[in-house]
Amino acid sequence: MSLSINDVYKVARLARLGMTEQEAQTAHAQLLNIFGLIAEMQAVDTNGIAPMSHAQDISQRLREDVVTEHNQRELFQAAAPQVKEGLYLVPQVIE
Amino acid sequence: MLNSSLLQLGAALRSKKISSVELTQLYLQRITALNSKLNAYITVNEEMSLVQARAADVQLTQSKTHALTGIPIAQKDIFCARDWRTTCGSKMLSNFIAPYDAHVIEQFNSVGAVNLGKTNMDEFAMGSSNETSYFGHVKNPWNNNAVPGGSSGGSAAAVSAHLCAAATGTDTGGSIRQPAALCGISGLKPTYGVVSRYGMIAFASSLDQAGPMARSAEDLALLLNVMAGFDERDSTSLQRDTEDYTRDLNKPLNGLRIGLPKEFFAAGLSADVAQAIEASIAEYKKLGASVVDISLPNSHLSIPVYYVLAPAEASSNLSRYDGVRYGYRTPEYTNLADMYEKSRAQGFGEEVKRRIMIGTYVLSHGYYDAYYLQAQKIRRLIAQDFVEAFKQCDVIMGPTTPTTAFNLAEKNDDPVQMYLSDTYTIAVNLAGLPGMSIPAGFGSNGLPVGLQIIGNYFDEARMLNVAHQYQQVTDWHTSTPQHIEV
Repeated sequence: MSLSINDVYKVARLARLGMTEQEAQTAHAQLLNIFGLIAEMQAVDTNGIAPMSHAQDISQRLREDVVTEHNQRELFQAAAPQVKEGLYLVPQVIE
Repeated sequence: MLNSSLLQLGAALRSKKISSVELTQLYLQRITALNSKLNAYITVNEEMSLVQARAADVQLTQSKTHALTGIPIAQKDIFCARDWRTTCGSKMLSNFIAPYDAHVIEQFNSVGAVNLGKTNMDEFAMGSSNETSYFGHVKNPWNNNAVPGGSSGGSAAAVSAHLCAAATGTDTGGSIRQPAALCGISGLKPTYGVVSRYGMIAFASSLDQAGPMARSAEDLALLLNVMAGFDERDSTSLQRDTEDYTRDLNKPLNGLRIGLPKEFFAAGLSADVAQAIEASIAEYKKLGASVVDISLPNSHLSIPVYYVLAPAEASSNLSRYDGVRYGYRTPEYTNLADMYEKSRAQGFGEEVKRRIMIGTYVLSHGYYDAYYLQAQKIRRLIAQDFVEAFKQCDVIMGPTTPTTAFNLAEKNDDPVQMYLSDTYTIAVNLAGLPGMSIPAGFGSNGLPVGLQIIGNYFDEARMLNVAHQYQQVTDWHTSTPQHIEV
């Protein structure tokens, strides 16, 4: 495990988390500790073991292709930080 | 009245000894008096609770009532409840008014239970001490310098201090059982897939499971009867016949085989907790149970596996908080990326950001196989340990936590130490098994000890029977914290 401070910045960027230099350094030290804890896992021989995501190993259910939701735009947009004429407002993304 | 079981409360309501409005007001008055000290609730809305209580009183005059009609239940603030502020313990959702009900909330509403308020919790359920909440830490009613456990610490403290008749919680790595143990109450995490996750704010979707928190196993069974059930809107909800979880409560325990995993009694377990657990096992022997030594050889890998899987799933689930459709948005930003980064940096607390970082890293290009896939494979090894163990025993018992409640701020600076406090509970989530914690005495510092009971898949009724029979011959579950007048 060789997580560098640059990795921390890279991961923060991927996760869209703004981070100051001070915060990145603290995060770096803590992440190294946590990955030290996780490292124990790496040595385990898992050849031939199927990954498990659900205890019952169920597969995703399918449903009829019918409308189940009705339009509640105003209700849902009441929780939005900024809306105008039924649209969510964000900073300009296309020049 | 406050010491009554849910069945007794229900009987009092139906015989008009007390109305639901009066009972709700009684709890609301207690919350007003005690919440400033304990901080167990994030949101109380007297008017909305009383509207439900008045409706319940009407329902109680009619012939068709349910065991929980009119009973005030505290809801963990992770469940969306229509028109209620639903924060998940986070600044990110500090002003979020839920536009719909979670399945669990719908279920309680449908039987006429009263929503008494939203309980405090670790932010996005990430924590074991309730100290990561944006709304401040909860205090343990038994000792105000001690943590209540987490993440369902508000619910545990509220039940323990009689600030509600019962409560709900969620458990991803121990978040029902650990606070139940530390606050001296009973809590049950059902088999994964038994209770719908619809409207329950997601942390780690393959592990999250809701369950009841109350003062006795009998109360838990009544609550689980309402909470459990198939729901199409949760893709992992299991289609099963309806069960009555109270059906086996009174069965004798003759012939019960209790498995004791040697890994749960090894180094790291404090002597006073070990002593209390051994005393409760001795009590079970008197009730006709026998003991089998078992082993869960991969259980030491639970914490490493969990701290890959849970953060990975969390980093994905929490990507939805972008300051666009709902939730916190930073007041100042220069462009879209800057708005995302600042909103998330300011809206999430330290522990949540830490887990998003871990999760993003283990899922990033080139690391998926080494971390996420490897963890999912070991998850199967851990689950297989239990399959083997249940060939030799009916239930597994051990301590819920290695120590009684630790002090506030004691483990704050060292995330790894905090993570290790869930050492006995996490494997159960990874395997998807049901697990519960019931009060089993007190440690040397006078704080409660929890006995963990782990059952095979869908064996909740048996576990509740096992817990209920113990509670017929012991009175740990009726102990009330000093200074909490009832």
